[in-house]
Amino acid sequence: MTPEITPELSADSAPVAEEPTPRLRVLAAMSGGVDSAVAAALAVEAGYDVTGVHMALSRQPGTLRTGSRGCCTVEDAFDARRVCDLLGIPFYVWDFSAEFVEDVVADFLSEYSAGRTPNPCLRCNEKIKFAALLDRALALGFDAVATGHHVKIIDGVLHRSVDEAKDQSYVLAVLTKDQLAHSMFPLGSQNKDWVRAEAERRGFSVAKKPDSYDICFIPDGDTRGYLTEKLGVKTGSVVDVETGEVLAQHEGTFGYTIGQRKGLNLGRPAADGRPRYVLDIEPVSGTVTVGSAERLDISVITGENPVFSTGVEPSFPMRTVIQVRAHGGTVGGSADLVDGRVRVTLDEPVRGIAPGQTLVLYDVGNEYVIGSATIIRAG
Amino acid sequence: MTYLDHAATTPVLPAVVAAMTEAMSYTGNASSLHTSGRDARRRIEEARERIAAALGARPSEVLFTSGGTESDNLAVAGIFRARRAADPRRTRILVSGTEHHAVLDVVEHLASDEGATISWLEVDDFGRVHADTLAAAIAENPADVALATVMWANNEVGTVNPVRELSAVAHHHGIPLHTDAVQAVGQVPVDFAASGADALTLTGHKLGGPSGVGVLLLRRDVAVQPLMYGGGQERGIRSGTFDVAGIRGLAVAVDTAVSGLTEHAAYLTGLRDELIAGIVELIPDAVLSGDPGQSAVDDGPSRLPGNVHLRFPGCEGDSLLMLLDARGIECSTGSACTAGVARPSHVLLAMGVPEDEARGALRFSLGHTSTPADVAAVLAAIEPVVARARRAAMAGTRRR
Repeated sequence: MTPEITPELSADSAPVAEEPTPRLRVLAAMSGGVDSAVAAALAVEAGYDVTGVHMALSRQPGTLRTGSRGCCTVEDAFDARRVCDLLGIPFYVWDFSAEFVEDVVADFLSEYSAGRTPNPCLRCNEKIKFAALLDRALALGFDAVATGHHVKIIDGVLHRSVDEAKDQSYVLAVLTKDQLAHSMFPLGSQNKDWVRAEAERRGFSVAKKPDSYDICFIPDGDTRGYLTEKLGVKTGSVVDVETGEVLAQHEGTFGYTIGQRKGLNLGRPAADGRPRYVLDIEPVSGTVTVGSAERLDISVITGENPVFSTGVEPSFPMRTVIQVRAHGGTVGGSADLVDGRVRVTLDEPVRGIAPGQTLVLYDVGNEYVIGSATIIRAG
Repeated sequence: MTYLDHAATTPVLPAVVAAMTEAMSYTGNASSLHTSGRDARRRIEEARERIAAALGARPSEVLFTSGGTESDNLAVAGIFRARRAADPRRTRILVSGTEHHAVLDVVEHLASDEGATISWLEVDDFGRVHADTLAAAIAENPADVALATVMWANNEVGTVNPVRELSAVAHHHGIPLHTDAVQAVGQVPVDFAASGADALTLTGHKLGGPSGVGVLLLRRDVAVQPLMYGGGQERGIRSGTFDVAGIRGLAVAVDTAVSGLTEHAAYLTGLRDELIAGIVELIPDAVLSGDPGQSAVDDGPSRLPGNVHLRFPGCEGDSLLMLLDARGIECSTGSACTAGVARPSHVLLAMGVPEDEARGALRFSLGHTSTPADVAAVLAAIEPVVARARRAAMAGTRRR
């Protein structure tokens, strides 16, 4: 099976004269997981001159999650190195810990303190993998960066993976046309089972390594505990939207996400006995508003800082398919551009949309990404 | 392939391979009492005498170990524990900030787990520890010092320390001095007795011998507690069955390195200075780290003959390393690794080099297989490599 690797190269990135080899030079970003290992293998097989690089994202690797689930442990660097040994390609570890702390961890904390819900993986793709790493790779003479993301690029346009469950087009929808032009995603035409079988066939020790789901810099998965430790206790009230009654005190609005039901610790049920959800977070006053589920239903979303990954602004208004979270469903709707902001009207309401999340616009066939924007208002 | 990382490890000498191959064909545990055992023992003792003779030591001062790290740990922890057992006030360790991690980490372990206190000996801009610095540190309280440890020559920047003067200062107060001479043996004259040091570390693989074999030279009057317990070999200080082949190989390597030292050092010094001058001519803002090597320390050279350590402002050392590696030139950023990540070198930071500048460091280390062609290869590659590494560093700065 031939992998899909068709990077589009701009003129200034052509191999420079001092390079004796005409082969395309590809930097394979290797997390130590099975996807990036197989992606690197496919790039090697496609005939590219491949170098493996593991990004070190923490100054103290030991403080991160250990074992197979992290993205930046010593063990992961070791796993990536062993794959490169088998592929017979050079391997290096590049330190992006300063960039990671500044652009991903600090952003994560400031977004939460502002009452928003960030997606750090998406930010890492935008600022680290396809920015700091890509820039450095291009400057050092590479032509493209290859990763193990499950997406396809067809004619420069970001498409969903054939494996719907593993599709990662949402977390890459923040990339610009230029970033995509220097990216390779060899796995986009394969499903995860094929990737694991391929890793097994090639004798990669990572073939059975579990997928990572959690945030890599929160080792135990306890986001609220992490935020409390980093941001400190900032008490406030949990208020009923109907009655205005204070139902409980909390230790920080960052412990809440719009749409959250579990862990509210309200002590007593609502008068009507129905479950209550977080409807609104007001970080300045520290007020968390709760109420019934139907109040979460959102039909209109506004997003700022739009990125159109095709490089061309689509002709608004337009029909589109919208996705608002990494592992969420999609809904049809129409989008318009108003004062530089994307305004989306959904065909049917979606529950629990939080400012800070990213809205991604797909074509009406739900196959490729048109663009993305950061949600500033829902409802 | 241009191999310029001899300070990491240097190719094994053919004579060493021959000696080890021969030794491996014999059976016999050197601790056995029969003929084969005695034969093995004889080979060990011949090697011990040969090493002692080459380094100005007595055979009974030669303790075989598994290498530099073990020798450093044995000397530092062993002497610390023995000295404190004899007098519980002795808890202070005097150590320079430019030591190898095999010294630094055991010192820090003794501080965190065994009640040691650390007095850091400051170094000058070349990374050298001066005798009056040691004297001042001791003077704070001579009675509470367990030991002092200062390397003979620095592995990163090549600066040679005045071990003879340092020993004299320590001995004035009855304090033992350990020196890590892993980089020094075979590059500069090392005479254990003349140096006055009480303990001296060396290892095989830096001088054309095998890896996994080293020596701690230890004066007979220095008490040391063992790290390992067992069969009581090496005066009970270092138990474990002798590696006859490794020890034979080590003896050949030490002997060869020391007997050819003058000629070898002169040859390396010539190549070194040619490489430094050539690079600085092409990259005028490149900065040589460490002693320039034009003076004398303890009647020997002030810089290791094979060491070239340069900082390239505006570059990341690991970019330079990768670009050179891709062109078949192997060198080092000279700094310690965690998961293979280059950290700014603790040696450069101790010398007062700013962190940004320390990140652009590269070490080329010459050895017995080095030729003028190696120097020419670096000079042919360095300009485009530095230019490209600068662009890469600027790409990062621009976005930030």
